[in-house]
Amino acid sequence: MADVRQIVIDIISDIAPDEDVTNLDDKLSLREQLDLDSMDFLDIVMELRKRHKVEVPQEDYPKLATLESCVSYLSPKFA
Amino acid sequence: MDDTERIVMTGIGLTAPNGNNLTEFRQALLDCRSGVSHAEIRYMGKQVAGLCDFDEFKYQSKKLRRRGTRAGSISIYCANEAIADAKLDWNGLDKSMVGVYLGITEHGNVETENEIFEMHQNNLDWKLWSPHHNPRTVANSPAGEVTLNLNITGPHYTLGSACAGGNVGIIQGVQQLLLGEVDLALVGGVSESPQTFGIFAAFAAQGALAHHEDPTKASRPLDKNRNGIAISEGGCIYVLERLSDAKKRNARIYTEIVGYAINSDATDFVNPNGERQVECMHKAIKKAGLKVSDIDIVNMHATGTGTGDVNESKAVRDAFKDSDKTFVNFTKGHIGHAMGAAGALELAGNIPSFDDGVVHPGMNITELDPECEIKNLVFNEPKLVGNINYILNNSFGMLGINSAVIVKKYRP
Repeated sequence: MADVRQIVIDIISDIAPDEDVTNLDDKLSLREQLDLDSMDFLDIVMELRKRHKVEVPQEDYPKLATLESCVSYLSPKFA
Repeated sequence: MDDTERIVMTGIGLTAPNGNNLTEFRQALLDCRSGVSHAEIRYMGKQVAGLCDFDEFKYQSKKLRRRGTRAGSISIYCANEAIADAKLDWNGLDKSMVGVYLGITEHGNVETENEIFEMHQNNLDWKLWSPHHNPRTVANSPAGEVTLNLNITGPHYTLGSACAGGNVGIIQGVQQLLLGEVDLALVGGVSESPQTFGIFAAFAAQGALAHHEDPTKASRPLDKNRNGIAISEGGCIYVLERLSDAKKRNARIYTEIVGYAINSDATDFVNPNGERQVECMHKAIKKAGLKVSDIDIVNMHATGTGTGDVNESKAVRDAFKDSDKTFVNFTKGHIGHAMGAAGALELAGNIPSFDDGVVHPGMNITELDPECEIKNLVFNEPKLVGNINYILNNSFGMLGINSAVIVKKYRP
């Protein structure tokens, strides 16, 4: 079973290398904890597709708001 | 002339393959130290190229570096260095009256090639095409990145002018200051060209890509055995102000820009026209109110191509036939061809001559091509000539764009 949480964190680390991702609260919105904008979320979607062949349709972008929602939304796609 | 009509240079920020500030760059030019090395170019393998090693993160976050382009990164470094060098009260400045005018040879090739490459690596999945592609490739991008980084709200754009770009950026800034559109201009040129495979392949197809087993000897303008252009990156940005403003803040003044010209060959896509080059140099000299014998140093464009160097050598001989005291040098033997940055960088290399009275040499001439012989050509060793008052800087480009900028030793 893929570690979806770690996969998302790895992508964020590459997209926003200046950010500290070691103590993220899974329930809080990523944008509240990190300096991320809408273009960064497009990058996250792009990297999921490039690295893991996982597609996130535009209407589902809000489901990437927190680490917890990422795991819950993406896990079935990695199954 | 009124001080409000005189434009002076009060700051210099640069990165070249052989130096990341004016002091390092000048010393490398005097010491004949090349910055050209080998780089791995996509599809083509090892090629001669001039790469810069400035600290990309001195003035930019890693995230914004990733989002932008190499040309933007070079521009941000040079602009910040120039502002620091000018000792401006940056926070107290009205940023809506600052303009950014940067010359470029091309922009967007790097990012486009990268995206196409990625798509090919991923079964032509076009949905992997980056949303950053458009902001990275719009032609104003490098100048725009400078405004984002420095919170400048005045005008910004690039001047697409092939390899005359560096000079054209300077000229645009001078004109905008004289028009009163801005109070401070960040001007010059920038190049990220070694990051694109297409430029290497196209020069190779033209038989104009420099090669040599020792990359530091590959770029050898005016040498009998020269075999083409060494493609380089780099940037040089100047702070320009009206003399009245520079005096008010007691700024150090490097030089005054007193003449310039841009013209067109209307002859050929790639081959230069020496007659138009002579006209361009003479037009700049006339605009400065000078005679040819007033010019102490001419920096040649001299790229290291067969016909280009022969044409320009004849043009310089013809343009300065009435002067015995005009010394001639070139810079691309040291740094290769920094494309859009070339004009601005090469001018910077000669500016310290106003203080030290030395003409830096062109390097890598083992056997001077008889067709490139020029009176008072300075090569392989610096020459102490004493008092230097005027420098003329040539920069020419494809589609027949010629440019010349004349700077003067500052005297109040």
